[in-house]
Amino acid sequence: MLRIEGLTAEVEGKRILNGVDLVVPEGEVHAIMGPNGSGKSTLAYVLAGREGYEVTGGSATLNGADLLAMEPEERAVAGLFLAFQAPVELPGVGNATFLRTAINAVRRARGEPEWDAMTFLKEARARMKALGLKEEMLKRNVNEGFSGGERKRNEMLQMALLSPRFAILDETDSGLDIDALKLVADAVNALRGPGFGALVITHYRRLLDHIRPDRVHVLAGGRIVRSGGPELAAELEAQGYGALAAA
Amino acid sequence: MSAIAEAGLAGLLARADGQGPEAWAPARAAAAALLRAEGLPTRRVEAWKYTDLAPLAAAAFAPRGSSAEPAPPAPRAERRVVVADGVVRDAAGFARNRAAIPAPAATIAALNALLAEDGVLFDLEGDAGVVELLSLVSAGVSAHPRHRIRLGAGASLTLIESCRAGAGALHNPVFDIALGPGARLTHARIVEDDPAAFHLAAIHADVAEGAAYDAFTLHLGGRIARVEKHVVLAGTGASAHLNGAQLVSGPRVADITIALEHAAPGCASRQVVKTVLGAGARGVFQGRILVRPAAQKTDGYQMNQALLLAPDSEMDSKPQLEIYADDVKCSHGATVGALDPDALFFLRSRGIPEPEARQMLVDAFLREAVETIAEGPARAAVMAALEAARAA
Repeated sequence: MLRIEGLTAEVEGKRILNGVDLVVPEGEVHAIMGPNGSGKSTLAYVLAGREGYEVTGGSATLNGADLLAMEPEERAVAGLFLAFQAPVELPGVGNATFLRTAINAVRRARGEPEWDAMTFLKEARARMKALGLKEEMLKRNVNEGFSGGERKRNEMLQMALLSPRFAILDETDSGLDIDALKLVADAVNALRGPGFGALVITHYRRLLDHIRPDRVHVLAGGRIVRSGGPELAAELEAQGYGALAAA
Repeated sequence: MSAIAEAGLAGLLARADGQGPEAWAPARAAAAALLRAEGLPTRRVEAWKYTDLAPLAAAAFAPRGSSAEPAPPAPRAERRVVVADGVVRDAAGFARNRAAIPAPAATIAALNALLAEDGVLFDLEGDAGVVELLSLVSAGVSAHPRHRIRLGAGASLTLIESCRAGAGALHNPVFDIALGPGARLTHARIVEDDPAAFHLAAIHADVAEGAAYDAFTLHLGGRIARVEKHVVLAGTGASAHLNGAQLVSGPRVADITIALEHAAPGCASRQVVKTVLGAGARGVFQGRILVRPAAQKTDGYQMNQALLLAPDSEMDSKPQLEIYADDVKCSHGATVGALDPDALFFLRSRGIPEPEARQMLVDAFLREAVETIAEGPARAAVMAALEAARAA
């Protein structure tokens, strides 16, 4: 369960989050929608522990553990995963090396046996196939020369391999065609179950047609201004954020 | 020689009388004259603006045999030439270098000409395979080997040069290289000196029509490590790769200085040098490209990048392009910066601890330079040396 209470945060001295209250119970998938600049990405980065995002108040826990007290790598070990809106290129870092290093760092920290090269390949192949990724992508450098869609699917591959307990998808749908969108949704749906929760940040309803969220929240001005069932996404699309924020 | 050696240049000059092959005597005399007239360069001399030889000027050197030799690395090729304290110990079937050497024009070549006693002559036709040139210098000793490489038309050689010098030693190797038409020399230099050693190397290479000189230098942190590569692309369609990687920390200087001359049309050159500097370390890159009026259709590329890992690391980068032909393509770039915080956060967000994430990014940065070496034993040797250095 992700529990956020009264979370406030600043970036370069400017307050972006103004007291976010949000609970995602174990096993549920929630969506966050909201206009540009409402603080959606800031919320994602604060939860993942990015430098430069300063928490000034409130709390955030994952299954009772204080996320804000942890280093970013400790949050990953605790089961948090952030799918980046704009995944970075890592020239000179091979995708396979990166993936295996990450998986084994997490497995080691969790007290699980590390994957040898064979196990890694087997696991990676199965998941790449599901994501429509070619195996040669393992040999390329991380995200270098990848198309927008390939980058997002590579994020989903990392998520699938790291088996997080809670995933935050920061506009993973942006720049995807409908086929890639379905693959991303499938990747999330495949993990759904009692031990997995997610927060899906998006501008558009179309991803939510494939990942049916349990709840939809609207973030505006750095706080949750409205929450509802999945039908709220359709309402937002019809009416826009303006009317809701005023309501 | 007295038990207490004189420090600096005076000590070196005092040792110079009558050593070395007879054929080198004229160059020796010219070197002595040059060094007596100019002394060791200070930082007021343009070519030495960024690398201060003051620590060398204060050093005194011990006689050969008075200290222990550094441990050699595991063999990097089946055929291994061994040079110890500037004298050939095992020529591995090659001849000794006794051909006349040119009168020196600059400090490093002059120090070598002054004190060189021995060296190897690689005079080859056909495919000569892979050879390791191991040069060991004992602590506190100065060694000045003088090697000559002559490849005939179409000949090829991969030379992996392993340099190990002990504390306070001066290793001052110089190469005279002549590549015949269509010849190919891959020359990987791996300098793994003691942190208190001095390494001052110079390469003079003449590259004929269609020949290729692929050179790589790996500097792993002596007190001062400088290589000067003076390369002339003398025949149509010749090429040179003068690449390198430097990984240094502490109060040390690593310096790759290049003087490249495009003297003929249709030649290609690449300079890719990457430097990683830890606390207190300084890196230097000086890259001069001279394109003569005859050198139309020149294709030149220079990229110098440095990663500064501490607030007091310093990189001095000086590209210098002089172009006297009108139909040329010459590009150059230089970047100096810290590790990319976005990349670091990305790795950490995937569960990779910060020190390991940093190491991954540093490795990746240097790997890009190492991968400019054609796949084969030279690249493998450089990669292995780099991995050993970072594991140490």
